[in-house]
Amino acid sequence: MMRIPLKSGSPFVDKIFKIGAAIAATYVLAIIVLIVINLISGSAPIWQQEGIGFLTGSNWNSEEGRESYGAAPYVLGTFVTAGLAMAIGVPISIGIAMFMSELAPKIMRTPLSLIIELLAAVPSVIYGLWGLFVFRLYLLDWVEKPLHNTFGDNSVIFSGAPFGLDIFTASVVLAIMIIPTISSISREIMLAVPNNQREAAYMLGATKWEVFRLAVIPYSKSGLIGAAILGLGRAVGETMAVTMLIGNATGAAAFPTSLFQPGQTMSSIMANEFAEASQAGLHISALIGIGLILFIVALAINMIAHLLVARVIKSHEGAVQA
Amino acid sequence: METLIESPNKISTTEDVKYKLVAEDIVASYDNVVAVKNVTMKFRDKAVTALIGPSGCGKTTFLRCLNRMHELTKNAKITGRVLLDGEDLYTNNQDPIINRRKIGMVFQKPNPFPTMSIYDNVAAGLKLNGLKNKSVIDEIVEGCLKMVYLWDEVKNDLKKPGMSISGGQQQRLCIARALAIQPEVLLMDEPASALDPIATQKIEEMINELKKEYTIIIVTHNMQQATRVSDYTGFMYLGDLMEFGETKQIFENPRNEITARYVQGQFG
Amino acid sequence: MITVEQRAEFRKHFRYNVGRRLVIDKIVKGVVFGCVIIAIIPLGSILVEVFTNGSAALSIEFLTQIPGAVGSGEGGIGPAIQGTIVLIGMSSLIGVPVGVMGGIFLSEYGNNRFGKAVRFFNDVLAEFPTIVIGIFAFVMIVLVLGNFSVWAGTFALSIIMLPIITRTTEESLKLIPITYREAGFALGIKRWAIILKIILAQAKSGLVTGILLAVARIAGETAPLIFTILGSSQFMSGFDGPIDALPLRIWRLSSLPYDSAVAQGWGAALVLILIVLSINVGVRYAFLRKRGGTRFKMVGGSL
Repeated sequence: MMRIPLKSGSPFVDKIFKIGAAIAATYVLAIIVLIVINLISGSAPIWQQEGIGFLTGSNWNSEEGRESYGAAPYVLGTFVTAGLAMAIGVPISIGIAMFMSELAPKIMRTPLSLIIELLAAVPSVIYGLWGLFVFRLYLLDWVEKPLHNTFGDNSVIFSGAPFGLDIFTASVVLAIMIIPTISSISREIMLAVPNNQREAAYMLGATKWEVFRLAVIPYSKSGLIGAAILGLGRAVGETMAVTMLIGNATGAAAFPTSLFQPGQTMSSIMANEFAEASQAGLHISALIGIGLILFIVALAINMIAHLLVARVIKSHEGAVQA
Repeated sequence: METLIESPNKISTTEDVKYKLVAEDIVASYDNVVAVKNVTMKFRDKAVTALIGPSGCGKTTFLRCLNRMHELTKNAKITGRVLLDGEDLYTNNQDPIINRRKIGMVFQKPNPFPTMSIYDNVAAGLKLNGLKNKSVIDEIVEGCLKMVYLWDEVKNDLKKPGMSISGGQQQRLCIARALAIQPEVLLMDEPASALDPIATQKIEEMINELKKEYTIIIVTHNMQQATRVSDYTGFMYLGDLMEFGETKQIFENPRNEITARYVQGQFG
Repeated sequence: MITVEQRAEFRKHFRYNVGRRLVIDKIVKGVVFGCVIIAIIPLGSILVEVFTNGSAALSIEFLTQIPGAVGSGEGGIGPAIQGTIVLIGMSSLIGVPVGVMGGIFLSEYGNNRFGKAVRFFNDVLAEFPTIVIGIFAFVMIVLVLGNFSVWAGTFALSIIMLPIITRTTEESLKLIPITYREAGFALGIKRWAIILKIILAQAKSGLVTGILLAVARIAGETAPLIFTILGSSQFMSGFDGPIDALPLRIWRLSSLPYDSAVAQGWGAALVLILIVLSINVGVRYAFLRKRGGTRFKMVGGSL
């Protein structure tokens, strides 16, 4: 039997409780502010030395006395790997969401959503381990080598003898990792389409696919884009699997030119170099600077995504401004 | 248990009556609940037949059996025949998507496609069925919008979104969309229940005109509406067809006691 | 008015391309099913590889001993297991109370502009790249204390845990109908007592679900640990010294050029995946059966 204090003292306790809860809530705010301050102050030295050139330069020289750093290759590397991951992952995710929302027989629904959940729960380092020792070899034999042998001489993106630790492998594994995010949100968005929209299409004599094309997709378009951008946000911030698979190139060599050559992303350069970076000099500051850039990029992407998804969920009752 | 009064449908074989649509021995259920318990109804051509009855009596389920929409509900089961011009829509070896196109349906809440223009909403079913000739499409769109009394109101705004017009206009747009696929029969499931009285009146006027060329079956919970627009009425109760006959007779001189109690408003 | 005859005329224009439409429908269904297979195969492969490669390395010694000489294939991952447990426990000591209180605030007192702002920032923190959080902990703790430590790792992981628990707590509390609160007020019970003793008790399973999912999440996090705990071949010697952890050890082992080290890496991966997946599956079957719980699912996955 619960002992509930009916005569529980002064409203003083209530006030304390409320304040305590508010403090806990604002702790998050404080942390974020501190993080931003830290990123800015920690990277100040590199901005002082390189200025805006830090964003565009591609040096990566940590020799004492000749230090010079530029983040451009890594920023591009992040965009290229994330972009490629999206190109592969988004269509597959939409397909999965279609299946789960419209086509899957009852018995399949639970096991399928369990599988998607498990895919999301596997730690990144294990994706990296698997990618490194298992998947990479398949990609090498079935995709990279054939493509390189056929097109390598004529095209930049397939050039360079492939070894498997490159932009392509990292991007494909990244695609697998963002599929759970994009497909589950997409599924929710598709399920939110009112049923009478589908009925109108059926009434006209539409097939299941046509119902989807006429009634579901147009209605949920902006939400699906939002889901995809959320996936992009995760891809951009992803660290371990990419670090283990992308090959650890630095400096100008890290510019993403060929799919089958090693590259580097913002998060992977930090993971690869932070431990050994000497605290004297600018190396650490450069890495923190990259952290700042990454933070801003991830923040912007996630905010856009949330705006899109929220707008759809709010408007599913009334007219959708297409 | 009240005995069902034999409907006039089963009596005369000598009458030379044109039945456009005949539903025979329809038994329909979903989720293992039997909603329609064995109903036979015959619908005359170029007339309006109303289906009335209290909530849960199965009238909407029955309506959805007529154009093979019921089978889209989860765990839906159905037996029986639905004959359109003598051809059974359930066993004629044609895919449901063909059979659904032969009958148009309008739903309770207006549901135009929000991302399409007014024109595209009406033309949606045409493009689906492979109609490519733009002038024919234009002709049909104009014809259908005129039949639902929308043409004059929107003829200069055909490119505007389907949702930019009022609720009553949206519902008429949905009716035009259903008529565009050139069905012989139009099913209406409480088409005016979400609309204001003026919009309702417009739709009823429209129905009175349409029935000159179409077979219309309308489910309604509004008995006055049934008397205003329909020629024949079927009263359903708990999944059975209790009585069927000319509207005037059903409302003024019902033969079944439950019918009498319902039309007198003793339950709803 | 479109007459019967006119209708028949119009219908002649219908192309009746039904055959083609049905074929397209079938093709789309096939493609879409193919997408599902594409998702299942990697998961199957990962599980199979981790289980087969990892179980070869498993033994009591492996789970309890310290690592042997690099590349020797001897020893085990005892310190890593200890480290993961310690880090999870310590992070929860911070993350759970603050997170739950934050969730209480948002649910019970947060229906205003301030609450909206807090919610927004909470979501921002939830989607932070965790490597940036690791750098933050490096600057705030490691640089200040002068060395890598359990404190630093705990700090980083608690920051990752926090927004997850706040969000899931808020969601769970919001599910409790307002009538419970009203009944409490009507009886004259003080608000804090209503929240703690009535509402929280009702939302217990939701709360526990959220906490467990957050635990599963940080158990697999590697990036924030790189800059905070250093990793170690010894068992923990104190909270202000370095410590090992499973994800970190997996990463280190996998980058060594020795097959025996890689084999140990698979073993460690097996232990880690068993922990993470059993939490996720267990939570689903124990708690989530009661409701949809989709928002909770989105919390899975580590970076």
